[in-house]
Amino acid sequence: MDNIITVTVIDREGVAHELEAPTDMNMNMMEVCKSYELPVEGTCGGMAMCASCHMYVESDTVLPEKQDAEEDMLDEAFFVDDEKSRLGCQLHITPELNNLVVKLAPVGE
Amino acid sequence: MIETDILIIGAGPTGLFTVFEAGLLKLKCHLIDSLPQAGGQCSEIYPKKPIYDIPAYPEILAGDLTDRLMEQIAPFKPGFTLGESAVTVDKQDDGSFIVTTNRGTKHKAPIVAIAGGLGVFEPRKPPVENLSNYEDKGVEYIIKDPEFYRGKDVVISGGGDSALDWAYFLANGVANKVSLVHRRNSFRGHLDSVQKVMDMADSGKLNLITEAEVVGINGDDNLKEVVIKHKTQGEIILPTDHWVPLFGLSPKLGPIADWGLNISKNSIEVDTFDYSTNIEGIYAIGDVNTYPGKLKLILCGFHEATLMVQSAFARIHPDKKNVLKYTTVNGVSGF
Repeated sequence: MDNIITVTVIDREGVAHELEAPTDMNMNMMEVCKSYELPVEGTCGGMAMCASCHMYVESDTVLPEKQDAEEDMLDEAFFVDDEKSRLGCQLHITPELNNLVVKLAPVGE
Repeated sequence: MIETDILIIGAGPTGLFTVFEAGLLKLKCHLIDSLPQAGGQCSEIYPKKPIYDIPAYPEILAGDLTDRLMEQIAPFKPGFTLGESAVTVDKQDDGSFIVTTNRGTKHKAPIVAIAGGLGVFEPRKPPVENLSNYEDKGVEYIIKDPEFYRGKDVVISGGGDSALDWAYFLANGVANKVSLVHRRNSFRGHLDSVQKVMDMADSGKLNLITEAEVVGINGDDNLKEVVIKHKTQGEIILPTDHWVPLFGLSPKLGPIADWGLNISKNSIEVDTFDYSTNIEGIYAIGDVNTYPGKLKLILCGFHEATLMVQSAFARIHPDKKNVLKYTTVNGVSGF
C-alpha cells in the first residue's frame, strides 16, 4: 500500500522492531510506538510537553528541524545527544520517514 | 479526621466533575491531590493548551476548563487536601475507609473514588548509576529549605525556571559555590531569569557549565563529586557537597498500586457497569482505570464519574429511592 511506511524501533533491550505506520492517520512516532505497545510513555499525549518519548534517530533520514518547544523539552530528557535526540511526538509520519530507524532513549526511575 | 461521603483521590477534571454529579445526589465530596493546585495535568502540564473535544466548547484552554469546573462545583462546597498524596487505605469494620496521606492527614468515607490520572507527580530522576545510594546524602530533587545549602558547594542540573531561579538564589550569598550544569547554551526559562544567571556567571559568582551533563556521582557515605561530560572538554570531575537535578515532574501510579486493586498496565481494572474495582466501595474513574475499549479522554472521565456516583449513592443509601433528576427541572441546589 502506498500510504504505509516502514520504520524500525530499537527498544531498550536492543531488540529491533520493524513497524508499519500509516501516513494518512495524522500519527507521530510516539503514537506508532504506543500502538505497537512498545514502552513509550507519551505522558502529555504528544504536545512536546513532557519528554517521555525521547528517542535517538539512528538512520540518515532527513527530518524536519526541531521547533523551540521540542528543543526546550529535551532539557527535561536524559542522555540527550544533540545530533540524534528527538521527541517521538514531534516526528510526524510522512512518506519521507520511510525506513527511519530510531532507538528508544533510556528512562529514569 | 476529615469525614465525607465520597473521598476522591485526584483533583483533575474527572475528580472535579465527580463533585458536581455527587452533589446532585446530595453526596458530599473531599478531594486529595499531590499537586498544590486543582486541575491535575490540565493545570500542571498544559494550562495554556487548547482542548477541542469538550462538548459545546469548540475550543477551551486546559486552565480555563479547570476554572470552569471549579466554578461549577462551588455550590457543593468540596473539601481539598492539596499538596499531599494518598498513601494507605484501611477498611473499617463499618465498611468505610480511612485514607492517610504522606503527611499523615486522615480521611474517612464510605466511598473512595480514585481519579488519579497517571498518578502522583514526582521529580524525574536522571538515570545515573548509584543515584539511590546518595538520595538525601547529597542528592536532592527538590529544594525545600535553601538554608540547608548555606556555605556548601552545590551543583544544580537543568535548564528550566526552577534550575535558573535556585542557582541564582543560592549563588547570591547562600551557598559557598554554585555550579549550574545544562546541556545547551540557551535556556528555556524566562528571559529575566536567564539574564540574571548569565550576569552572575560573567561576574564569577556562579560557575555556569553549558553543553554538559552530569553522568556520574561518587562519594563514600555522602556525595563527594559529580562526573560531568562536556561536549568539547570531555570529562570533568567537580567536587561538591550536593547535586540537585531539576528535570521537572513525571507521574507515577505510586502507593495506590499496593492497595490490592487489580492492576493491568499501570491502570486499575474496573467493571464498566459502575466503574467499581475489585474492592467493594472503591471505584476508579478517568485516565487511571482500564476496561475493554477504554479511551483516556476527559469527556469519558465525565461519563464514568456520572455513572459511578449513582452506584455510590446506592451503597451509601441502600434503602433510599433515587431517580435521575434533570438540572433543567430543579436547577442546582448546593449545600
